[in-house]
Amino acid sequence: MALVEIRDVRKSFGQVEVLKGVSLDVKEGEIVTIIGRSGSGKSTLLRCINALETIDSGSITVEGQAVSAGMANLRQFRQRVGIVFQAFNLFPHLTVEKNITLAPLLTKKIGKAQARPLALDVLGRVGLADKIDAWPERLSGGQQQRVAIARCLAMAPHLMLFDEVTSALDPELVGEVLKVMEDMARQGMTMVLVTHEMGFARNVANKIVFMHQGKVWEEGPPAELFANPRTPELRSFINSVK
Amino acid sequence: MRSFGFIDLLSFVHALQWTVVLVLVALAFGGPLALLLATTRTSRFAPLRWLAAGLIQLIQGVPLLGLLFFFYFGMPVFLGIEVPALVAVGMAYTLYTAGFLGDIWRGGIEAVKPAQWEAGACLGLTTWQQFRHIIGPQALRMSLPPTVGFLVQLIKGTSLASIVGFVELARAGQVVSAATFQPLLAYGIVAAIYFALCLPLTLWSRTLEARLNGAR
Repeated sequence: MALVEIRDVRKSFGQVEVLKGVSLDVKEGEIVTIIGRSGSGKSTLLRCINALETIDSGSITVEGQAVSAGMANLRQFRQRVGIVFQAFNLFPHLTVEKNITLAPLLTKKIGKAQARPLALDVLGRVGLADKIDAWPERLSGGQQQRVAIARCLAMAPHLMLFDEVTSALDPELVGEVLKVMEDMARQGMTMVLVTHEMGFARNVANKIVFMHQGKVWEEGPPAELFANPRTPELRSFINSVK
Repeated sequence: MRSFGFIDLLSFVHALQWTVVLVLVALAFGGPLALLLATTRTSRFAPLRWLAAGLIQLIQGVPLLGLLFFFYFGMPVFLGIEVPALVAVGMAYTLYTAGFLGDIWRGGIEAVKPAQWEAGACLGLTTWQQFRHIIGPQALRMSLPPTVGFLVQLIKGTSLASIVGFVELARAGQVVSAATFQPLLAYGIVAAIYFALCLPLTLWSRTLEARLNGAR
């Protein structure tokens, strides 16, 4: 059974139908990259996976559990599914350490003594152990995004979602964030990404999903998909982002 | 007629206690009520939001004097309830505080980006935990200067209680002025006391603001 099973999901915002029957599987340990033009429904689909958006019809199951905003154990579910946003969304009034340990302290009931080692551990994995006492606003965008990733890692998620996490970064800072994500991929983390980084999609992902007009237009292994796009839409998209 | 003396200063000090008591009562009861209004005003449940908005509008729309008259003179007439002056006046200031602080804090809560709630929710925090640890502290920081500003308003506003005969600082000023025929001196001293009370607050708010800004 796939870790994430998305079946015929539809979602509208007012009159606009953003997802028009999307189906998709994500297997454990898989890196799935969702690409497509703005407005194709990529981010909405991602946000549906951890119930930040409520789907109108269809179903999403994660680890066999049906996902919806009204699900009984939504909070426990979200502890297992990390999401990283384009705008980082760090807590500006807390230090890096507190940003990371707030949720584990409150939800996992870890002791105060375990909090700092935990923060150091996850910060080490994103190469920022020396910034543990820093304030978010003192960090560069790339560092802030790595802290946001570390904050998710501290919850020991089974699945991580990345919503255009490098789009708000200066070009020279993109690499450091992508490198962290590559490391995570190598360690076997299941990841679903919405991204415009075609290099990352090509080299790291196991599966590319091309979305167009609210549907999965094409999907497959990156080498195959990039070399032989079957539809004119994907062909023109690949040409436009080259 | 007698001349202004030490006894008059003592009466000011005595009356000042009641000014302070009024402010403390208003804060002790109005503060929690303000928090309740601020949170319901920003609640996801629309009828609650409307209720809180209506209450805030009502309190802010009625002059403080009107509130005082209602609770001091109106309650016995309309509701048939006789309460001690401190209770009646205290209720008026409690509502006044709730209405204004509630609105100030609502502004603070709304000034925190919605994405901050979302980030908390995505980490599996309850709505209360999100408010308590993420939204509240940021809202408090933004609300601090206007909150202290309101506190200064409140302290000065307690002088209105003198109109219904509650003996606080301003009322003591009236009494001394009438007894000594030295209104300039009496009211001058009263004004100086109000100023001395409010100035440290204003300064405190500035240092607090600076410290909180430094800490982010």
